[in-house]
Amino acid sequence: MSKTFNSSGKRVLASRCMAAAVLAFGAGSAIGADADLTGSLKKIKDDGVIVVGYRDASIPFSYYDVDQKPIGYSMDMTNLVIEQIKKQLNLPALKVRQIPITSQNRISLLQNGTIDFECTTTTNNESRAQQVDFTNSIFQIGTRILVKKDAGIKDFADLKGKTVVVGAGTTSEKILRSMNVDKKLDMSIISAKDHSESFLMLSTGRAKAMMMDDALLAGERAKIKKPDDYVITGTPQSYEAYGCMVRKNDAGLKSLMNEVIAKAQTSGDAEKIYTKWFMNPIPPKSLNLNFPMSEGMKTLFAHPNDKPVP
Amino acid sequence: MDYKWNWGVLLQPVATGEPGTYLGWLATGFLNTLVLTLLAWILAMIVGSLFGIMRTLPNRFAAALGTAYVSVFRNVPLIVQFFIWYFVVPELLPASVGDWIKGLAPYTQFFVVSIFSLGIYTGSRVCEQVRAGINALPKGQKNAGLALGFNLAQTYRHILLPVTYRTIISPLTSEFLIVSKNSAVASTIGLLELSGQARQLVDYTAQPYESFICVTLAYVALNFVIIRLMGWIRNRTSLPGLMGN
Repeated sequence: MSKTFNSSGKRVLASRCMAAAVLAFGAGSAIGADADLTGSLKKIKDDGVIVVGYRDASIPFSYYDVDQKPIGYSMDMTNLVIEQIKKQLNLPALKVRQIPITSQNRISLLQNGTIDFECTTTTNNESRAQQVDFTNSIFQIGTRILVKKDAGIKDFADLKGKTVVVGAGTTSEKILRSMNVDKKLDMSIISAKDHSESFLMLSTGRAKAMMMDDALLAGERAKIKKPDDYVITGTPQSYEAYGCMVRKNDAGLKSLMNEVIAKAQTSGDAEKIYTKWFMNPIPPKSLNLNFPMSEGMKTLFAHPNDKPVP
Repeated sequence: MDYKWNWGVLLQPVATGEPGTYLGWLATGFLNTLVLTLLAWILAMIVGSLFGIMRTLPNRFAAALGTAYVSVFRNVPLIVQFFIWYFVVPELLPASVGDWIKGLAPYTQFFVVSIFSLGIYTGSRVCEQVRAGINALPKGQKNAGLALGFNLAQTYRHILLPVTYRTIISPLTSEFLIVSKNSAVASTIGLLELSGQARQLVDYTAQPYESFICVTLAYVALNFVIIRLMGWIRNRTSLPGLMGN
C-alpha cells in the first residue's frame, strides 16, 4: 500500500558521484547531491526493488516474446528509465520486478503501490490526470478503424448499423459510444477484454470493424497470416499521446522520467527505438509493421512535452 | 491508504455520453446476471435430470451416454467451455450456419452462448446429484413399483423421483448458488453482466472500491434470495418421517 510521503529533513547521499553522473548524462538535472528523496524514489531506495507494470498483448509497445518476457517500444523506454534510476540512486544491483497490468487495473495498481510506474500504451487525458500524473509523452497516435479490405468500409460514417469492437475501458470505447449516441449510428458495440480478443472478434467476422489506436492496429495486423487483407482506415477521431504514469504528486520520479524521455527524444535515441519496432521485422513472426513516423511524432520528438492532447 | 472515497460517483451520468448513470450500468448488469442465472439453472435442471436418470437406467447404452456427458462437461474448466462454445463451435459448423450465428446481434450471441455453456456445465453436476439421490433409495422401492404394475417410466415418475428430489434439495441449493456466481465467467466472452459492468465502472471512474463493494452486496443479496426460495420449497415439500423434519 502507498505510504504517506513527506520530505522531512535533508538526506545527504552517500555517493557524490551522482552529480557527476547526471552532468555527464547531460540532462542538466536540478537534483543535486543534497537531494532529499521523496515519494517513489525514496521507496525504491529503501526497498532496493523497483516494480514496473507491462502489458502482455500490446504489440509493438509491450508484449510477450517467445520466452514470455515483455519486450517492445514502451519496454525499451521503461528500461532507459530504470537505468537512470540505478545511476541516480546509485543502486547498480537494483532488483527489477515486472507485473502484468491491464487497461482496467493499471490505475488501481499504481495508486495502491503495487507498481511504481508504468510505460505502456496509456493515453494521457484529463480525467486520468486527476488520479495519476503523466510524464512526457512517449508516443502519439490517432484512433482509427481496422477493417477487412473487402468490407467496403472507408470511414466512420460507413459503420452505420454495423457491429464494431473496441477494447473495454479504452478511450476509443468512450469515443465510439459517444459517437453512437450523437450521430445515431445505431452500431452494436462489443467491448472486448484486450487487443487480441478484439482482433479475434474482427477476424472471425463477428465485428465488421475494430477501433483502436492506429499503432496498436498495425501491431495486431502484423500477427496474422495475410496482413494485407486488412486495412487501417478512417479519419482519426482523436489524436492522443501516450505518457508514462506515476503516482499523483510524485515529483521526484516524474522529473527523473521527464528528463530521460526528453533526452532520448531530442538526442535521436528515441527515433532509433522507433525504427527498431516500427520499421523493422519484430518478434514473434519477424513481420515489419512498416509504420512510418507521423508528423505529430516528429514534432513530439523535437519538443518533448507532457500535454494531454497534442 | 491514499484512496479518496466517492460514493456519489455512482449517481454521475456516464462519461460516454450515453443516457444513464453508473448505477444504471450496475442495474443492467444485475438484470443480466439474474436472467442468466435463472435460465441457465432451468436448462441445468432439465439436462441434468435427464442424464441423471439415464445413468440409473438398466439400459447399458443410456447409462454409458450419461457417463460420457458427465465425464466431458464436468472435467473441462468452465471458462474453456465458454470459449469453445463462443469462438470454436461456429467455426466448426458449416459455413452458412456459422455465418448466420456470427451475424446475430452480439448481445443475443453472448446471452445464448452463456446460458448454454453454464446450463450444460451445471447440468453435469446436477446429473450427479440426481443419480446419487436415486441410488440412495432402497432397491425395494423400484421393485415394489414394478410389482404393483407400474412400468419403469411410471415407477420413476410416481415413486422414485418425488423422493429423490426431496432428498437432494440441499445440494441442489448449492448448485443454484454456484450458478449465480459462475455467471460472472460470462464477462470473459463479452457479456456485460454484473462483474463485467463492475470492471467497466472501475475503468471509467477509477473508483474500484465503491464499484466492487456494490457488486459484492448485489451478489450476496441474490444468493440470499436463492437460499430463501429453496428453503421455502423444501419446507413446502418436506416428507413427514424423514430425518430433516
